[in-house]
Amino acid sequence: MQSHSDKTGMIAKKRVSYRVMAAIGAFLAMMVFVMPNMLYPIFLMKVMCFALFACAFNLLVGFAGLLSFGTAAFFGSASYISAHAAKVWGFPPEFAILAGTAAAALLGLVIGAISIQRQGIYFAMITLALSQMIYFLALQMPFTHGEDGIQGVPRGILFGLFDLNDIMTMYYFVLAVFCAGFYLVWRTVHSPFGQTLKAIRENETRAISLGYKVYYYKLVAFVLYASLTGLAGATKAIVFQLASLTDITWQMSGEAILMTLLGGMGTLVGPVIGAAIVVTLENYLASTNLPVTVVIGGIFVVCVLAFRKGIVGELQAAWERSRNRRDR
Amino acid sequence: MFELLGISPQVLMGQLMLGLINGAFYALLSLGLAVIFGMLHIVNLAHGALYMLGAFLAWMLWTFLGLGYFWALLLVPLALGLVGVVLERTMIRRLAGFDPLYSLLLTFGIALILEGAFRHFYGVSGQPYPGPDIFQGGFNLGFMFLPTYRAWVLGLSLVVCFGIWFLIERTRLGANLRAATENPVLVQVFGVNVPLMVTLTYGLGAALAGLAGTLAAPIYQVNPNMGSHLIIIVFAVVVIGGMGSILGAILTGLALGVIEGLTKVFYPEAANVVVFVIMVIVLMFKPSGLFGREM
Repeated sequence: MQSHSDKTGMIAKKRVSYRVMAAIGAFLAMMVFVMPNMLYPIFLMKVMCFALFACAFNLLVGFAGLLSFGTAAFFGSASYISAHAAKVWGFPPEFAILAGTAAAALLGLVIGAISIQRQGIYFAMITLALSQMIYFLALQMPFTHGEDGIQGVPRGILFGLFDLNDIMTMYYFVLAVFCAGFYLVWRTVHSPFGQTLKAIRENETRAISLGYKVYYYKLVAFVLYASLTGLAGATKAIVFQLASLTDITWQMSGEAILMTLLGGMGTLVGPVIGAAIVVTLENYLASTNLPVTVVIGGIFVVCVLAFRKGIVGELQAAWERSRNRRDR
Repeated sequence: MFELLGISPQVLMGQLMLGLINGAFYALLSLGLAVIFGMLHIVNLAHGALYMLGAFLAWMLWTFLGLGYFWALLLVPLALGLVGVVLERTMIRRLAGFDPLYSLLLTFGIALILEGAFRHFYGVSGQPYPGPDIFQGGFNLGFMFLPTYRAWVLGLSLVVCFGIWFLIERTRLGANLRAATENPVLVQVFGVNVPLMVTLTYGLGAALAGLAGTLAAPIYQVNPNMGSHLIIIVFAVVVIGGMGSILGAILTGLALGVIEGLTKVFYPEAANVVVFVIMVIVLMFKPSGLFGREM
């Protein structure tokens, strides 16, 4: 939804990549040593689950140009499946999460195959309608326990070695899952596959005329998005020991959009920052008398009207501007 | 035949009637969406919230001002039309020329604000709204009982739907409107005030949502979530019908209401999802929708 200029030369790119490495190292050190001592680990885990959720959505909208309004279907169904697998089938956490992720991937394959036949707003409406269908199914199927959801999901023992009931073990596990998911997004974006996706986003007709099978590229991107969203949902179910209808309502799909829009669509770290802000804000608002939905809606309106590039996008643009001025 | 299937004709006819009423609401709402989409090329995600606002305004007119149903029928669409005009002039207009997905997100934000505000003040429980006295009772058609109010809703929405269809497809004003959809710049050169037309079109769409809300108030309980449940089904209706035609929106709305009603009789578990299943089937065989043009 926004154009990029990759005019940076080779040398500049190398210099930047050192900076990126340093930033990643600093971030990791902070997340491992400092943050859990400063903030409530449960809160950080929530932020990381939602950050992964937003990153997955951003992969689809920012790099393939497909605005899906059905993110909640994958998030919610993965959390139901992994909660059920852990609680009823007695799966260890790693397999419960894998089961949830696989279910989301399968669902993504089906929903993606149907919805990417159309583009733009039609795509958005079709994904919205299909995810609402999944919501009704979740409401009716007996294993989801309707309004109650699946409660008291056991966290279990990871790989038979690490007891996830220990809050810090759980925290490091979620951090690892988040980093793995983020790395996958990063690799995808910088791969030839990711470049092709960008080409399709910028000019689909030309991509077709160059011989790319656009449908399959979009489908793979969609399945990847669904799986990563599923990974986030499944992990969240294990962390909070709960899978409920909230995760599968279409308002949840709206949250993914808001986090990404606020942080910056098509930027890598934007969704993470957006997710952190939205989760913090919701936590804060929950303790006040202000209606959360109104504030969220207000942010939506302001974002769309005033800064469509999002926080990171606007910062990047400002940096580009100042560098251009310096060069001249 | 009915005995063979183990379903009494009363149940069947009753559900058919309920389906037709739901279909009338689908038709009114998808008509509003189609009118707005045709002119502004945006998907109005706030449509469900505007419908809810319409129902609440009717309820407020009665509760705070003592104005009855027929006043509401007149005033609510006017008020909603005004709300639509203000929204278009202050916000939606600014996004003209950007990716239409941004205006979709804008209307989503507006929907969240409206619904959140009403949920904050009125909670999620429904407010009862009495229908007018002259619509008490009903007709006994021999095979079923038809409440007068439902007959009125059905009749009025059909009249309004086909009135709008006539306005757009058969009048001079409608011709200008359709021409402006095809080529706004050229139409403006001919001296037609296109920006005003765009604003009024959004107002008309919002007024239709308000009318639907007023009609719905005595049947369904007036509550802040009434729009968000309905609007997604209406989206599916729009996808099935295709965005190209006004008549398509009306007919698809009515037909899907009936199909949903029939599903409630024969296979109640699927009643919630049948519209979405039909949408998937239509997309497989005719991706542009039943009445749509390929864009």
